[in-house]
Amino acid sequence: MSTAAAVKKPKISVPFDYSKYLRKGKLPHIWCPGCGHGIVLKSLLRAIEKSGLSKDDICMVSGIGCSSRTPGYVDFNTLHTLHGRALSYATGVKLAKPEMKVIVVTGDGDALAIGGNHFIHTCRRNIDMTILVYSNAIYGMTGGQFSPTTPSGSYSTTSRYGNIEPVFDCCELAKASGATFVARGTAYHVQELERIILESLKHKGTSVVEILDSCPVYYGRLNKMKSASQMMELIEKNGTVSVKQVDKLPPEKVQGKLLRGILHKEDRPEYCEEYQKLIDRVSGK
Amino acid sequence: MTEAAKKLPRIVIQEKLCKGCSICVDFCPTNVLEMRGPVVAVKNLEACTRCQLCDLRCPDFAIQVFD
Repeated sequence: MSTAAAVKKPKISVPFDYSKYLRKGKLPHIWCPGCGHGIVLKSLLRAIEKSGLSKDDICMVSGIGCSSRTPGYVDFNTLHTLHGRALSYATGVKLAKPEMKVIVVTGDGDALAIGGNHFIHTCRRNIDMTILVYSNAIYGMTGGQFSPTTPSGSYSTTSRYGNIEPVFDCCELAKASGATFVARGTAYHVQELERIILESLKHKGTSVVEILDSCPVYYGRLNKMKSASQMMELIEKNGTVSVKQVDKLPPEKVQGKLLRGILHKEDRPEYCEEYQKLIDRVSGK
Repeated sequence: MTEAAKKLPRIVIQEKLCKGCSICVDFCPTNVLEMRGPVVAVKNLEACTRCQLCDLRCPDFAIQVFD
């Protein structure tokens, strides 16, 4: 076993150079030790490199929260906006500059609770943008309050005796609202996440990617998970199952687990194109 | 064993960036790394297979494996 591993040729010989996409002098970032947001950011940067997009053609928009600090570190056109309103600003950017690739980085509380209304209507319009929902099941920045994705029965600073609320399934919500690309990835499955983000960047229309990552400082500490690695193992590795494997596995191994991978993809008229057609029709072109 | 297989990789750890979350230590398939005080350090370089999982999963841009 060990000799086979030693003889096997490495896939990548040179590590990826992240510095060309990062603003100089901004590291170390503010995220806590073990926070998955850094892993997701790295996957996103690798996916952007593979997609061949130019730095000047990307606009990254975020709201408020831990995840929404991402645009501060990256060297694209960036916009750090109001809590929950990232999608409204992103819609404005896209309509003013339809040639620009708009990436929205948002958290679970930001997208699904405070910006829930904007989220469903962006999906309904099918406006071309990539929405990355960093779902760590907690409001990390403000002190660990429970969010719409905090599992029932788990603890947070505002649910000291266990959370009694049922959760929002971000992917189902996006699909039902009309998003044309819906996927779920995790910070544990980094290479798969990179592929999913790359697919979402290529897709024309609203792409929603829910990314499960962990908040060891607030969620982990209150739910008796000792370390970031243990959280990644429990929630992301053992708590999810790939859509490619789900049919082959026995039902007891799938029960209670979240699906990972590309969950939904369809083609529907895109909003900016329809708007341009309207302008052309009314102005008699 | 060929010459190429014997050649050791170079693991670069930026101690200023490492926050000591130990994700790389726990998920290294061949136990190359260890925690030394608040930061990560290389324990057993010979075992490294250059799989790059430490680099891919490091949230802090702190570790890189050069061939």
